[in-house]
Amino acid sequence: MSAPQRRTDIGPPHYKDFLPPVIQKNYGDWKYHEILNPGVMVHVANSGDKIWSVRVASPRLLSTDTIREMAALAEKYCGGYIRFTTRNNVEFLVSDEKNLESLQKELKDKKYMIGGIGPRISNIVHTQGWVHCHSACTDASGIVKVLMDEFADYFTTKKLPNKVRLAVACCVNMCGAVHCSDIAVVAVHRKVPTIDHDKVKNMCEIPSTIASCPTGAISPDPAKKSIKINADKCMYCGNCFTVCPPVEIHDPEFDGVAIVAGGKVGNLRSNPKFSKLVVPYIPNNPPRWPEVTEVMRQILDVYVSDAKKHERVGEWIERIGWEKFFKVTGLPFTHQHVDDFVIARETFRTAATFKW
Amino acid sequence: MPKKYDTPLLDELEKGPFPSFVTEIKKAAAKNDMAADELGLLEKSYRDKRGYWKHGGIVGVRGYGGGVIGRYSYLPEEFPNVANFHTVRINSISGFFYTSKFLNEMCDIWDKHGSGLTNLHGSTGDLVLLGTTTENLEPIFAEFSSRGWDLGGSGSAMRTPSCCVGPARCEWSNIDTLDITYNITQEWQDEMHRPAFPYKFKFKTAGCAVDCIASIARADCSIIGTWRGKIEVNQDEVINYAKKGMNIQEEIVNMCPSKCMSYDGKNLKINDEDCVRCMHCISKMTKALKPVGEKGASILVGSKAPFVIGATLSWVIVPFMKMEPPYDEFKSLIRKMWEFWDEHGKNRERIGELIIRKGMREFLEFIGVEPQSQQVKEPRRDPFFFWKEEELKPNSELLKNR
Ligand code: HEM
Ligand code: HEM
Ligand code: HEM
Ligand code: SF4
Ligand code: SF4
Ligand code: SF4
Ligand code: SF4
Repeated sequence: MSAPQRRTDIGPPHYKDFLPPVIQKNYGDWKYHEILNPGVMVHVANSGDKIWSVRVASPRLLSTDTIREMAALAEKYCGGYIRFTTRNNVEFLVSDEKNLESLQKELKDKKYMIGGIGPRISNIVHTQGWVHCHSACTDASGIVKVLMDEFADYFTTKKLPNKVRLAVACCVNMCGAVHCSDIAVVAVHRKVPTIDHDKVKNMCEIPSTIASCPTGAISPDPAKKSIKINADKCMYCGNCFTVCPPVEIHDPEFDGVAIVAGGKVGNLRSNPKFSKLVVPYIPNNPPRWPEVTEVMRQILDVYVSDAKKHERVGEWIERIGWEKFFKVTGLPFTHQHVDDFVIARETFRTAATFKW
Repeated sequence: MPKKYDTPLLDELEKGPFPSFVTEIKKAAAKNDMAADELGLLEKSYRDKRGYWKHGGIVGVRGYGGGVIGRYSYLPEEFPNVANFHTVRINSISGFFYTSKFLNEMCDIWDKHGSGLTNLHGSTGDLVLLGTTTENLEPIFAEFSSRGWDLGGSGSAMRTPSCCVGPARCEWSNIDTLDITYNITQEWQDEMHRPAFPYKFKFKTAGCAVDCIASIARADCSIIGTWRGKIEVNQDEVINYAKKGMNIQEEIVNMCPSKCMSYDGKNLKINDEDCVRCMHCISKMTKALKPVGEKGASILVGSKAPFVIGATLSWVIVPFMKMEPPYDEFKSLIRKMWEFWDEHGKNRERIGELIIRKGMREFLEFIGVEPQSQQVKEPRRDPFFFWKEEELKPNSELLKNR
């Protein structure tokens, strides 16, 4: 068999070829939707046509076996049509109401977790971690797994005041955009990298290593034919390690995670917000990071009992005030919570009004 | 038979109700050498509490400068099958719609030439094929491109654009998010495949202010659908929501950020002029409330993660723009932005960082957009502003016609 003919610059196929016929027919002409249960919604078009979406959880990291199984289910019940959500859930697109029950039954039999729609916890946006990234200070997939196990009933059944969007980033690059999540985990290094000067000499290009540092903390060390790092400027990002592996940033004894909270991306009710630091450090404790789930549970429980209906975590905290947030959650307030990075002064209290 | 590793720590992550990524890796590891070594290496990471990946040289396919991300193991002797374990990014379909036929084909190619492990999807929105060797890259590219699929973006290039489900399955979309995404992807193939920008550039398109694709937080250019007009109220449906137990005063009226609604126990009134179109009321009462009027999008620029200058959210550049094919007005705006970035941007400086460094005025003048109050939350707080030569008119002239 001859090799297939390669082509360049063709871009992706046209989306129309991947839309179920009922969507093609009613494209841009939907009237309303209803959430029938935590994992099923129906969209109704102005024509009266309907499409049902059945949502299931996915670990995002999928084997070809599992993708084939999903494809087979889509073929059996959905005319072969299936989609993925921004948060990496899987949606089976059912055009024939007759298939709705049998699809859900087979999904349950096969141990899929159905849910995630409405005021619930949906899948956790996350990045590569130890599975596949050089920068990682923790394993994102592992933390996601234990958090979703812990909060499974908020995916499948129980309601929250509003959606709670969780995220995990395995280093400060935050590929998963955790900086605007209701509650998120971001992994951090806490120490200036160590330098193996002999290896630097042989393995690294000094100018590019210096240039890699976003804060300008690296300068040449001509005597050692190596580099030195100004500890006052270093923010432990690991960029230098990226271009010069003998500058070692990984440190199993000092790497762990921080927790941030109160961010959102939607414009509903209040403007999009950044997440803010709530817990500066929790040590890595694989395989199940029990200390992380404990703190997340602590924050979530107070939110569930105190927030008003439709309030997101950040809106709830803004209503009660951050000082009260630390009081009701019992989380300690430390030096790390007071900003000393580039836009710090915007976070200082410039008023005489606050709570005790 | 692939090598079998003992994985007592990872086995702990097969317990519990949520689907397990460890189970996924094991499924692939049962028949694939690369996946088997990935499992062994990951167990070692769990034991030693550290990652074992590093960067390496640039890898890719002929004629492209991106789309493949080189990944090398720290421990090539111990885990030879993941000594190089590169990621291939395949440009996803607008709205992440697929057919079983395509997914099966993708799996066939990937089982033959890769680890059998994927991410559906990566954070940027690519179909991520996780782990293969350098020799396999050309055959993989030939298999995909001969079937009509192309690579996504990486490096200092335009990244794979992505969008919310939009008009395909959402009643609130003001713009055709899928078509915009497809159209700009096709328009700028060269910018995607041959990195020539100072740094990465991401587009994300949301149909409305709910922003289901998180465009405002993670795109250099966020396109967010909006409308100029009113919210049409179906009072019968309002009554139905009340009957079904919705506390309209508490849940809708009191939560409106612009305090532009009133409710007398029967009729819901909206002062449309004061509505900021936040989508709260519409999303809670979809059968009763509907946006009507001229549809278009707000164009925002600049969001990125905290690195270097602190996190930014995208900010408004063009408050309202019609978005109809072939999107010429939008495309010429973007081309002007890229020109500005090309002229002034430093290596690894995102466009938002550049605008902050050079100032909004210079940016707006360069791209030819007038200053508008919608671009800011509030005017400046300091008196330290400058005048350009051509703006300086003497008082006598300013007072001439008084
Ligand atoms: C200098 C600063 C760098 C930073 C801040 C950085 C950051 C990142 C980030 C945020 C990701 C996302 C990982 C993911 O979710 O897939 C990533 C992935 C990646 N980076 Fe870098 N990177 C840097 C340099 C490099 C360099 C120089 C290379 C290669 C020569 C590289 C190769 C990769 C690869 C291959 C991935 C993909 C990981 C995967 O798919 O698993 N990075 N990097
Ligand atoms: C050479 C450097 C970098 C590389 C190779 C890189 C690579 C990547 C990759 C592979 C992803 C997608 C992750 C996934 O597929 O799951 C990503 C996402 C992301 N990266 Fe980077 N990254 C780099 C630097 C950075 C830096 C310096 C920042 C922060 C300023 C950053 C912020 C982000 C964010 C916020 C996302 C998620 C946003 C999105 O999905 O659109 N990255 N990056
Ligand atoms: C070139 C810049 C500025 C000059 C020359 C200036 C000058 C003055 C003067 C002469 C006073 C009156 C003092 C008095 O009545 O004894 C004053 C008051 C004040 N200035 Fe400024 N100022 C400047 C910038 C600013 C800025 C940037 C801020 C705030 C962001 C500011 C905030 C205030 C406040 C709060 C007062 C007190 C007002 C009051 O008593 O009602 N000033 N300034
Ligand atoms: S967040 Fe950091 S460690 Fe995680 S994938 Fe991104 S760059 Fe890698
Ligand atoms: S860790 Fe980051 S900030 Fe510290 S020296 Fe290296 S590149 Fe610079
Ligand atoms: S962003 Fe708006 S239009 Fe797009 S899917 Fe979400 S609610 Fe619908
Ligand atoms: S869209 Fe938002 S601002 Fe406008 S009326 Fe509804 S709740 Fe108020």
